[in-house]
Amino acid sequence: MKKDQVPQDEGNLSKNNVRELLYATDEQGNYTTALSKGWEPKSIALSNAMDDISERMELAKADFKAGKSSPIVYFMEASKMDLTILASYVGMWQWRVKRHFKPSVFAGLSDKILQKYADAFDIDINQLKNFKAD
Amino acid sequence: MELGFTHHQSAHCENGVASNLLKHNGFEISEPMIFGIGSGLFFVYIPFLKVNHAPAISYRPMPGTIFNKAAKRLGFTVKRVKFSNPKAAQQALDDNLKNNIPTGLQVGVYGLTYFPDEYRFHFNAHNCVVYGKTETDYLVSDPVMEHVTTLTHKDLEKVRFAKGAFAPKGQMYYPTSIPNKADLPKAIIKGIKETCRDMLAPVPFVGVKGIRTVSKLVRKWPTKYGVKVANHYLAQIVRMQEEIGTGGGGFRYIFAAFLQESADILGKPELRELSHEMTKIGDKWRDFAVEASRVYKNRSSKSDVYNLLADEMLKIADLEEAFFKKLKKAIA
Repeated sequence: MKKDQVPQDEGNLSKNNVRELLYATDEQGNYTTALSKGWEPKSIALSNAMDDISERMELAKADFKAGKSSPIVYFMEASKMDLTILASYVGMWQWRVKRHFKPSVFAGLSDKILQKYADAFDIDINQLKNFKAD
Repeated sequence: MELGFTHHQSAHCENGVASNLLKHNGFEISEPMIFGIGSGLFFVYIPFLKVNHAPAISYRPMPGTIFNKAAKRLGFTVKRVKFSNPKAAQQALDDNLKNNIPTGLQVGVYGLTYFPDEYRFHFNAHNCVVYGKTETDYLVSDPVMEHVTTLTHKDLEKVRFAKGAFAPKGQMYYPTSIPNKADLPKAIIKGIKETCRDMLAPVPFVGVKGIRTVSKLVRKWPTKYGVKVANHYLAQIVRMQEEIGTGGGGFRYIFAAFLQESADILGKPELRELSHEMTKIGDKWRDFAVEASRVYKNRSSKSDVYNLLADEMLKIADLEEAFFKKLKKAIA
């Protein structure tokens, strides 16, 4: 890539004033570095990832309202986690965390266990207990 | 408390931290040099593993290996310490700062408050340097950022003890002895040799063969998982390739810069030619990203787009295979 072709597409990165460093060649074909404000194919890929998270959150809300899953699923998605990561944060086996996805099991969880989840999601324990999915 | 530490922005966090720490210790070395000597160029597909609900594909080796290999080949020693207790981890870092040692840290990206939301995923192999402390904050030199930044004491503890794959466990590291004069040519050749070996490895998940395997998978994705999931997977490949820290084109441009620098050091003009060739391959990866983004943005009007993309990958694999064979010969 030539230095004058380094993309400067406006996007989420430029909104946050983040510029990243790329390696590119000058007129003589020698390598140098250049700062880029953003590149469209990349920002589409990034927003694709963010949209995916939002969709997962919406789905988790719907499942909660339908009585199919506990608030833990929603906050897991909101924290961009999956089962493996969440289990590692709360220090429990994956099968145990998965059980807590069930509303009936969730209803019987002690404050001590709930606190672990609240810490992992960086929220107050009451947000878990009084989750409304609004 | 603030140590005199010069922040240089770099493309990739690990090379950047390594290069910045070495420069601080009086050993001038560029980011591409660390990358090349540490055999940083790679391609791997890890079957059965999912990252962000998509197949795990990486254009770089395991975290930490670039720095370790570069250290070994250049003859400096790096002290690495992990902790089970956050208090002890903070104490050790504070002691280092008191002793005037800017310290490299492995951290999780999710908790880095100075990153835009799009970058904050549960990726635990990011690196930065802490070079000072105030009442409330730690002073942070994150090599992918343009300027130095800060994290609160609590936030730093969080990122040092992020959980999940490659959990940093508070890991901190710093060079303890620096050679007066390193045998640069020897280190360069070692680095190149290993990269050639990895990229031409006879293993279906690694190097050129890995690219071919993924190309085969890309063809199957739309029928196997449906267009929506296939698009998500495709976007994931592009993210891995162009993620902050790659310097563009899945690290191919940094590697080309390394070859160019090496051509002069080794007195081998043919490496300059190969550098140009690698630049072109990097451009091909960028073209691939453009095509792929059209597909997952549903803008592509071409039919059979997945097969076309897979063909593109095969072409790149062929180019890289020929390239690394030539490179192997050039330094033999």
